[in-house]
Amino acid sequence: MQLSRRQFFKVAAGGLTGSSLVAMGFSPTAALAEVRTFKLARSTETRNTCPYCSVGCGIIMYSLGDKAKNAHAEIFHIEGDPDHPVNRGSLCPKGAGLLDFVHSKNRLKYPEVREPGSKEWKRISWDEAFTRIARLVKEDRDANFIAKNADGVTVNRWLTTGFLAASASSNEAGYITHKVVRSLGMLAFDNQARV
Amino acid sequence: MTNHWSDIKNADVVLIMGGNAAEAHPCGFKWVTEAKAKNKARLIVVDPRFTRSAALADLYAPIRTGTDIAFLGGVINYLIAGNKVHMDYIKSYTDMSYLVKDEFAFADGFFSGYDAEKRRYDKTGWEYQTGEDGYVKTDPTLENPRCVWNLLKAHFARYTPEMVEKICGTPKDKFLQVAELLASTHTPDRVMTILYALGWTQHSTGSQIIRTAAMVQLLLGNIGRAGGGINALRGHSNIQGLTDLGLLSNLLPGYMTLPGEKETDYDAYIAKRAPKPMRPGQLTYWQNYGKFHVSLMKAWYGAAATKDNNWAFDYLPKLDKTYDVLQVFELMHQGKMTGYFAQGFNPLNSFPNKAKVSAALSKLKFLVIMDPLATETSEFWQNHGEFNDVDPAKIQTTVFRLPTTCFAEEDGAIVNSGRWLQWHWKGAEPPGEAKTDPEIMAGLFLRLREMYKKDGGAFPDPILNLSWAYKLPHEPSPEELAKEYNGKALADQFDAKDPTKLVKKAGELLDGFAQLKDDGSTACGCWIFSGAWTEKGNMMARRDTADPWHNGQTLGWAFAWPANRRILYNRAAADPSGKPWDAKRKQVWWDAAQSKWVGSDVPDFKADSAPEDGMGPFIMNPEGVARFFARGMMNEGPFPEHYEPFETPIGTNPMHPNNPKAVSNPAARVFKGDMEAFGTAKDFPYAATTYRLTEHFHYWTKHVESNAITQPEQFVEIGEALAAEKGIKAGDKVKVSSNRGYIKAVAVVTKRIKPLQVDGKTVHHVGIPLHWGFKGVAKNGFITNTLTPFVGDANTQTPEFKSFLVNVEKA
Repeated sequence: MQLSRRQFFKVAAGGLTGSSLVAMGFSPTAALAEVRTFKLARSTETRNTCPYCSVGCGIIMYSLGDKAKNAHAEIFHIEGDPDHPVNRGSLCPKGAGLLDFVHSKNRLKYPEVREPGSKEWKRISWDEAFTRIARLVKEDRDANFIAKNADGVTVNRWLTTGFLAASASSNEAGYITHKVVRSLGMLAFDNQARV
Repeated sequence: MTNHWSDIKNADVVLIMGGNAAEAHPCGFKWVTEAKAKNKARLIVVDPRFTRSAALADLYAPIRTGTDIAFLGGVINYLIAGNKVHMDYIKSYTDMSYLVKDEFAFADGFFSGYDAEKRRYDKTGWEYQTGEDGYVKTDPTLENPRCVWNLLKAHFARYTPEMVEKICGTPKDKFLQVAELLASTHTPDRVMTILYALGWTQHSTGSQIIRTAAMVQLLLGNIGRAGGGINALRGHSNIQGLTDLGLLSNLLPGYMTLPGEKETDYDAYIAKRAPKPMRPGQLTYWQNYGKFHVSLMKAWYGAAATKDNNWAFDYLPKLDKTYDVLQVFELMHQGKMTGYFAQGFNPLNSFPNKAKVSAALSKLKFLVIMDPLATETSEFWQNHGEFNDVDPAKIQTTVFRLPTTCFAEEDGAIVNSGRWLQWHWKGAEPPGEAKTDPEIMAGLFLRLREMYKKDGGAFPDPILNLSWAYKLPHEPSPEELAKEYNGKALADQFDAKDPTKLVKKAGELLDGFAQLKDDGSTACGCWIFSGAWTEKGNMMARRDTADPWHNGQTLGWAFAWPANRRILYNRAAADPSGKPWDAKRKQVWWDAAQSKWVGSDVPDFKADSAPEDGMGPFIMNPEGVARFFARGMMNEGPFPEHYEPFETPIGTNPMHPNNPKAVSNPAARVFKGDMEAFGTAKDFPYAATTYRLTEHFHYWTKHVESNAITQPEQFVEIGEALAAEKGIKAGDKVKVSSNRGYIKAVAVVTKRIKPLQVDGKTVHHVGIPLHWGFKGVAKNGFITNTLTPFVGDANTQTPEFKSFLVNVEKA
């Protein structure tokens, strides 16, 4: 598409770049090509790893903005990382849909609680969620912690609350989860590797 | 994986069995295509279904689900009987010459020591003979009838091609073609890789299936070799990492294990896990166990872990048994559990027998869900019609649902199947108020610690003393946590040979696990990850694609555990004299001039141990060599044996037709009530198996619009012969039922599944993709695990999702 010189000045109104380029003798056509650069070129590229199967394909996520403090980064495109030695830029039908996972309408946004017998969710604050859960945990741990077994041997275990850890969370999440869970004396602890 | 994805290109033969890489791991399967294109490799697929992997195979053999040990046992017999084994390799690198105690025996389907009442073995007789010098007795001539070689030969001689056909339904000629092609890799110049996945693990005999496959690879001399190995294609993106980090009932990070309650003595606890070499001159790397363990306790408990309190030994919970998920849901079902957390996990869909899981969750006082998506488990109490027919008013469980970030919204590392720790970066803010998992764990922990500080309570010590020196206590950063699992010096470290030479200053990050100490002067949260983030920086973030040897090892890309080593056991890629078995595939070798091991990979060996010292390549084993005879390490026997799935379409074990107690795995744990919930072929005549599709990932992508569009509706696959028998046409709605419930789905009538002739009977398979549920943007459907049986592998307790019985009718 070509714009007339007048249309170009309208588009570039107030744009110092446009007008000074013209002043320097660049034709509107060339300058317009600059204005119409692929939006990928103005986006921020972030390297990541596909979270689905265990091939560990490299991906590049493209987001709007430059990650400045007040800019809201929004991912608008995800593709295979051509430098990655395993997937070499390709993605499978699962990985190719990653953008729709990030933006799925079923993403959870707020802490919620479903009270006993209730048919619905109620939004709560993080503080309320943490405090209520911590109270329930402490109440059960204090009531059912086994310091010694029947033979009087110190066993320091707690069996009445369990924890199922993730399958796609990071090492760092897994590490701190393990550290916290074991400090409570919990043994009913597994991750997806069990199944 | 002993090897890794790009390494598949080095193979001459690829066997895909118990997996379907073309559909479940498509971008990894590209390396099979690469091997075929560039290396003239031949692909073999053995599967009940003619999968998309099979569609690209040079050779496809059908097999009845759950009979892989019989098939692979037949291969072992074929290799031994036909002298198609890599004899130099197995003589030097395996336990073939080791003598076994006279008590060990096998008869009528049972190994020696079986207690039928307890469904358990007394394993004391499953051991090598020991000489007066304390070492295991061997017979290098392999003539002694009690040596492993002769016991193995006798054990597998029963697995004839005829027996394989009778049990597996694989036509004898097809089986022999497969065996012949596999056997072609017994020469040093040819290598085969085996790729497997949940199709092997999800059986009541899963661990032994994998052992049988490993035996095939050892007989052929394919372990430790580029293009070889035994390669688990893991199901999720960081199951490898979470397992490495020990997030399982009985584990600690780095494959260390929790003490049992009978282990009251700390020194004995460590000594048991740090075995002495069983043969002269062997390394036995686990002898360093104490260093890994003490460094872990220093990372977790800092100054509170001292030599005087045995490094806080009392802080570790002691096991009376393993609390795997089947055990835990059994306890929950009995009403013995109060609370449960599910972090990025959807147990209502992922565990067997949905009715039991749902009833169990209904007995909890509280359930906490942490997830980026609205999972079925989080709404197990909600009525979703026929898909989840419950009455919320009757369910008294309080359910909290906490929103988490997804991969795109956080920094961190995940570990792929090839053991590569790859760092990733945050690209956007999460939606709404979602938090990262570390923030949520910190939020809960800090409140709990505050309550214990203020009010006291049961054994508060480990909670109050847990090391928590993060800059922002409510938000430990991925960098801080990664450095913590890498490990650091707590005091100045000096060279062992030259005590005046400072190696590490106190506070510096360690270079690797060789620097760990058992005197409390180092801290390390996961010894096998040590080297991932050193003073040189984040090794997991490295992006150098250089491959100077053109063998795909890319040592400068990310970080592979252990010690950036890409192929495990790679010392075995060289012959006993230290020269590569195959000059075309040079991996590691002994450089006499430098007096050390060198090569295109990081040697998996003591770097300065000369070949003439006779150290074996399997340095983690006290034998120094690979084990064919598992001693007491497997619950159902030192050698694999075929047992039928707990729901068997033929009702008998053709290996032991006269022993009704040896039909299914005699050592598998079955809870009361679950045995009664098994169905028989009389009511449920068809062998069913579950699996994934190319277009979907587990229960996640039904929330993803593009995937929901490509595969919108639940279906099951039925062969043409069965469809004709039942009057079912493609597109008909069918009801598939087991003894535990039913699902309804659209019938896909296919040529991909053919009836098999097994033990004189016709066996039909029914294929059931697993991706649907009552939440998502795809069409809602039934939870597949409504159908599956509540029994697991006798060692790992991984449920038998892959073999059970169903009936099929027009809905």
